[in-house]
Amino acid sequence: MPEAPSYNGFVWKELIPAGAHWSGVIRRGTVLRMTDLQGGANVSMLINNLEVKNERYNMPDTLKAQKTAFLTTPNMCFSDMGRVMCSVIADTCGWHDTIGGLSNANMLQKKYGTKTYQEAHNDYFKNGHDSLINELEKWGLNESDIMPNLNWFSKVRVEDDGSMTFVENNSAAGDYVDLRFEMDCIVSLSTAQHPMDPSPEYNPKPVELSVYKAMKVEQDDPCRLHRGENERAYYNTKVFYGENPND
Amino acid sequence: MTKFDENRIVYREVVKAGDPWMHEVKAGQYFRIVDLEGNQAVDTLFYNAADQAERYSATDTIREQGKIYLTTGSELMSNRGNKMLTIVDDTCGRHDTIGGACSAESNTVRYAIEKRHMHSCRDSFLMALGSCSCNHGKTMKKEDLSSNINFFMNVPVSPDGHLDFDDGISAPGRYVEMKADMDVLVLVSNCPQLNNPCNGYNPTPVEMIIWE
Repeated sequence: MPEAPSYNGFVWKELIPAGAHWSGVIRRGTVLRMTDLQGGANVSMLINNLEVKNERYNMPDTLKAQKTAFLTTPNMCFSDMGRVMCSVIADTCGWHDTIGGLSNANMLQKKYGTKTYQEAHNDYFKNGHDSLINELEKWGLNESDIMPNLNWFSKVRVEDDGSMTFVENNSAAGDYVDLRFEMDCIVSLSTAQHPMDPSPEYNPKPVELSVYKAMKVEQDDPCRLHRGENERAYYNTKVFYGENPND
Repeated sequence: MTKFDENRIVYREVVKAGDPWMHEVKAGQYFRIVDLEGNQAVDTLFYNAADQAERYSATDTIREQGKIYLTTGSELMSNRGNKMLTIVDDTCGRHDTIGGACSAESNTVRYAIEKRHMHSCRDSFLMALGSCSCNHGKTMKKEDLSSNINFFMNVPVSPDGHLDFDDGISAPGRYVEMKADMDVLVLVSNCPQLNNPCNGYNPTPVEMIIWE
């Protein structure tokens, strides 16, 4: 496994099992690292502003502003209010999907059959859509907040005719992606398989979350410099936090 | 497919450049949007009229059809995996479903901080949600706005993952026609965007026709 940076100090870490769901607050000025421990992981994620919860990760604005159909460094994740929620500051994987969406109960039943709690206890089949509802509801959010989501470690390529291809083996054991949070956010995630994963087996993978203190965000930060759009969204974020936006 | 018949029109209205529009289309009815002058973008959301928590889902729609562009034969899917409408005729050929809608705030990011005060699609959506009597007395809010369809808009993506806004492939009189599979509320912003080629830098009116 490659040596990963520890930024300005380690804060905490937690193992998220395969096919599980999780949510928590990730603060402005911290880095969330997700590590694909075994290879082939998928982490479906939604992001909401902790203070103004109907401010959410916005797929179209993120893609349009950066003229990309996938995420890697030095992309930023934009909210629907013209601000930056987090920045991709390190990435050993190289392609993260944001158009493939979530698995749901019907899809899992068709692909893999059923495995209930009564049969399998905590190894029962969990899908992305229902898993995220479980987390969103804890914060006063609901089904309306299931927007086009992020799918970290998964690759969906779009051919010239618009057809979508799930590219297997995109992520290897030890790959990680580091998100520097620029807002205090509620992060909700599911480690269910990607909805386009062609595997005939229900075989989701675990990930490790670890959080570090971020370094100061300088004016020459590669994510801010990536495009004029990124700097303007970062400007709006600084205004939101009552900071001089020109710093 | 039932042939379009002027005598079976139950509703028709021209939506002016930059205006909002909201209306119900019943299951089995046809809904046609006509790009009257060409090169317009029509930002559109759909809701189950009986339960507005069920609504159009961009990701479920493109994934289930395996393709990011919409045209004849595309089934517009809800967030609960149900078919809401089917595109039954299309003289344009391709419609966008990942480009989203402009807002005052995204205009500051995409163009310039001082563009905040220009009219945007989210302004139109929010005006329609607050004023239309067709949403059965239910309150809809900003959080009910999900990623929309942009009829007539061209947002090509390449295999290496590059995405761009291109000049539209529509022309005067081209139309897209859907058949409703459930009773749906249709929420439209006839896009007022002046800063990119989605409207040819000149928003123009569209016509809405509902027929049986």
